[in-house]
Amino acid sequence: MIKGLDVRANERQFIELKEYIDSIRQSQGILMQTLHKAQEIFGYLPIEVQKFIAHEVDVPLAEVYGVATFYTQFSITPKGKHKIGVCLGTACYVKGSQLVLDKLSKELKVSVGETTEDNEFTLEATRCLGCCGLAPVMMIDGDVYGKLEPKKIPEILAKYKD
Amino acid sequence: MKIFRSHVLVCGGTGCSSSNSALIKQRFEEKIKELNLDEEIQVVSTGCFGLCEEGPIVIIYPEGSFYARMTVERVDEICEEHLLKGRIVRKYLFDESAREEKIKPLSEVEFYKKQKRVALRNCGVINPEDISEYIARDGYMALGKVLTEMTPTEVIQLVKDSGLKGRGGAGFSTGMKWSFAAPNQADQKYVICNADEGDPGAFMDRSVLEGDPHAVLEAMAIAGYAIGATKGFIYVRAEYPIAVHRLEIAIKQAKETGLLGKNLFNSGFDFDVEIRLGAGAFVCGEETALMQSIEGKRGMSRNKPPFPANKGLWGKPTIINNVETLANVPQIILNGPGWFKSFGTVKSPGTKVFALGGKINNTGLVEVPMGTALREVIYDIGGGCPNNKEFKAVQTGGPSGGCLTKDHLDIPIDYDNLTAVGSMMGSGGMIVMDEDNCMVDIARFFLDFTVDESCGKCTPCREGTKRMLEILDKITEGKGTMEDLDKLEKLAINIKETSLCGLGQTAPNPVLSTLKYFRDEYEAHVLEKRCPAGVCQSLLRYIITMDCKGCTKCARICPVGAIEGKVKEIHVINQDKCIKCGACMDACTFHAIIKK
Ligand SMILES: Cc1cc2nc3c(=O)[nH]c(=O)nc-3n(C[C@H](O)[C@H](O)[C@H](O)COP(=O)(O)O)c2cc1C
Ligand code: SF4
Ligand code: SF4
Ligand code: SF4
Ligand code: FES
Ligand code: FES
Repeated sequence: MIKGLDVRANERQFIELKEYIDSIRQSQGILMQTLHKAQEIFGYLPIEVQKFIAHEVDVPLAEVYGVATFYTQFSITPKGKHKIGVCLGTACYVKGSQLVLDKLSKELKVSVGETTEDNEFTLEATRCLGCCGLAPVMMIDGDVYGKLEPKKIPEILAKYKD
Repeated sequence: MKIFRSHVLVCGGTGCSSSNSALIKQRFEEKIKELNLDEEIQVVSTGCFGLCEEGPIVIIYPEGSFYARMTVERVDEICEEHLLKGRIVRKYLFDESAREEKIKPLSEVEFYKKQKRVALRNCGVINPEDISEYIARDGYMALGKVLTEMTPTEVIQLVKDSGLKGRGGAGFSTGMKWSFAAPNQADQKYVICNADEGDPGAFMDRSVLEGDPHAVLEAMAIAGYAIGATKGFIYVRAEYPIAVHRLEIAIKQAKETGLLGKNLFNSGFDFDVEIRLGAGAFVCGEETALMQSIEGKRGMSRNKPPFPANKGLWGKPTIINNVETLANVPQIILNGPGWFKSFGTVKSPGTKVFALGGKINNTGLVEVPMGTALREVIYDIGGGCPNNKEFKAVQTGGPSGGCLTKDHLDIPIDYDNLTAVGSMMGSGGMIVMDEDNCMVDIARFFLDFTVDESCGKCTPCREGTKRMLEILDKITEGKGTMEDLDKLEKLAINIKETSLCGLGQTAPNPVLSTLKYFRDEYEAHVLEKRCPAGVCQSLLRYIITMDCKGCTKCARICPVGAIEGKVKEIHVINQDKCIKCGACMDACTFHAIIKK
C-alpha cells in the first residue's frame, strides 16, 4: 500500500506550490500548468496535493483527478529514484528497442510503468526522444544512452546501483 | 556587431546534445581562449544540422569544414591545426568531405545537395538563443512589412496565393483557414501553434523550435495581424525541454526588443505569445482536443463543426497551425507567392521536412521540394539501408499513415500521391525498414500505440482498435486464422468510417496498408506459423548449434528444465517445454544458442 503524504512534513512544498499558483492566477486555464509544477515539486501527484490544487484553483476534485489521470506524464503514484525511459518511437522500435525494454524489464523484475520494490528504478516507455540517429535509445535521469543492445544493459544499470 | 574571422558552429540539437556536444563547445571555448584567439573566433551553439547520424557535428566557417562524430579529445588538435595554423584536420572530417583530393564543404555533400531549405533555413546556421542573429538573416522583416505596408486582407490573399498547405498532416490551405477566422467579430481571437508533434518517430517540429524559434514567433504575429488576434499560444510537448527553453528565451528577447508586445512597429498592433505544455497525450495534437488541453481540461476531441475559426479556444475564433507551416510564412511574405511556388508541385507547392529514421544510413532531418521521389530521399540523401540489407518498406505518416514498398519508390511525394497509395504525408515521419523487420509486427506496434492513445470518447475507436490489436496479437503468436485477416479488414474499414476524430479515422491505415502490400507475411504467420523476418518472439525457436561445448550452463539456468544433455556433449532444447525466455542464449558463453 502507498502511504498517504504527510502534509505537515511537506509544508514547505505546499507553500512553494501556492506561490506558483498565485503567480499565474490571473491567466485562464491554469490547471495543467499547476499539475506540471506540482509534479516537479512533489515528484508525483498524491491525493493530498490534488485536493490542495482543487481548492486553490477552484475546480472540482473529480476534474483535477480526471486530468491528472488522463495524461501519461502525470503520475498519481510515487516514482523510483531513477527514471528509465526506453524510446519506443518508430525509429527506435524498428531497430530493436523493444528487446532493450524487455531486457530491462527482466533485469529489474518490473513491467513497463512499474517501480522496483526497493524504489530505485521506474521503468517507462517513451516516444521519440529526438535523437533517432542514436537509435535504439534510452534515457536514465536525463542521460541519454544510444546504439543500445540488450547485452549492454546490466553494465549501464550497475552505474546507478549503489 | 563584432566581426570574427572564423566561426565554430557546434550542433546543439537534441541528437548531438545527447552525445555531449555541450562539452565539445565548452572545450572549444577554453582552448580558443588559451590560444588567445577569442577575439577572432566565435563559438556558436546552433540547432540541428540535419545529419544527426554523424553527430556530434561541428562546422567551421568560412571554409565550411564538416567535422563529424566529434569528441572532446579532438578539439585541441582542431584548434591548434585548423584555427591557429589554417590546416584543416582531414582525418576528422565527415568521410565524404575528405574522400577526394579537394575537400568538400558542407554545402556540396550529397546529403545536402538535393535539399532545399526553407523551413529549416536557419537551423544549424544561427545561434537560436540570440535574436540579433535571426534579425541579421532578415528576421522580423516580414512582420515589419506586413504591419507597415499591408492590410490583413492582403496578407491573407498573399498566403492563399502561395498555395501553402498545413504541414501538420491534413494539408488544408493555410490562407483559406485564416480567411475563415478573419471576418468573425469577437472581443478576443487566438492564434495557436501546434507543437505537440505526436508522431512517435518524428522530430521535425522540435528541430525547428530548437534551431529557429523566432521564425515561429514572427509567423504567429503575422497570423495574428491577418485574422485580428492579439494573443498566441504555443502548445509544446513537455518532453521537449530544449525547445521549451529556447522558446522562452526567444519570447523574452522578442519582448525586450519590442518585436512582441504592444504597438509593434508603431502600427498599433499588439501581440503576445504564451507557452503551454502538453503532458503526453497523442490525441492532444488534434486541434479540438488541443484547445481543451490549453483550457486545462482532459484533451478529448469533439465534433466539427463548429470549426475553431468560428468557435475555438474558450469559444473564441481561433486558428491552429503547425510549427513547420508557420516557419514557411515569413519567407513567403518576403519572397512572394511566385517564389514559393517555384518549388514543389502545382498542387503542393513548397518543401517538406522529413525526419528520416530507422534502417537508413543517414538518419536525420531533410527538407526537399514537394514532388521529390521517395527513392531520392531514401537513396540519394539517406544513403539506403545499412549493412547491405535489402530495403523492404518505408512508413510515412506515423500512426495515421501506411507502409509502402519498393514498387512505390518512384512516386513523387505530395499529399495526394501518398494518400492515393494508402499512406499519408502526415507530419513528416519517414521510417525505413529492411528485410529484418516484420510488417505484421510493425502494424501491431502502431495499433498498440493508438489503443493506448485513444481518448475513449467514441466506441469504434475505443473498442474497435482494441479488437484489432487482439487479432494482431493472435497472429503474431501464431494463433491466427485466415478468417482473422478478413475480420481485421472489416473492422478497419468500419473504424475508419465511423470514428469521431482523425485519430480513429486513420488508426487502421498501418494495418490496411500492410495487409494490402505484405499479405504474404500475414499468411506466413497464419498458415505456416512462421515469422519470415524472425521478429515475432512466439514463433521463434531457440536452437543449440554445433558450437556447443557441453558446459551445461544453459541446462542449469533454464527455468523450465527444457534443456537436456551430458557434460561435454551437444545439448538439445525440448521445444515443447521451452517458454522462449531467452535465458539460455544470454548464458551461453560460446554463442552456441541461436534464435530462428
Ligand atoms: C490524432 C491527431 C493527431 C494530430 N497531431 C498533430 C501534431 O502532432 N502536430 C500537428 O501540427 N498537427 C497534428 N494534427 C493535425 C491538427 O489537428 C491540425 O490539423 C493541424 O495542427 C493544423 O495545422 P496546419 O493546418 O498548419 O497543418 C493531428 C491530428 C489528429 C487527428
Ligand atoms: S476517434 Fe478515438 S481519439 Fe478520436 S474522439 Fe473517438 S475515441 Fe477519441
Ligand atoms: S551453455 Fe552453450 S556451450 Fe554450454 S551447454 Fe549450453 S549451449 Fe552448450
Ligand atoms: S529459451 Fe528459456 S525456456 Fe527455452 S530453453 Fe532457453 S532457457 Fe529454457
Ligand atoms: S524514435 Fe527513438 S529517438 Fe527518435
Ligand atoms: S542534432 Fe546535431 S545534426 Fe541533428
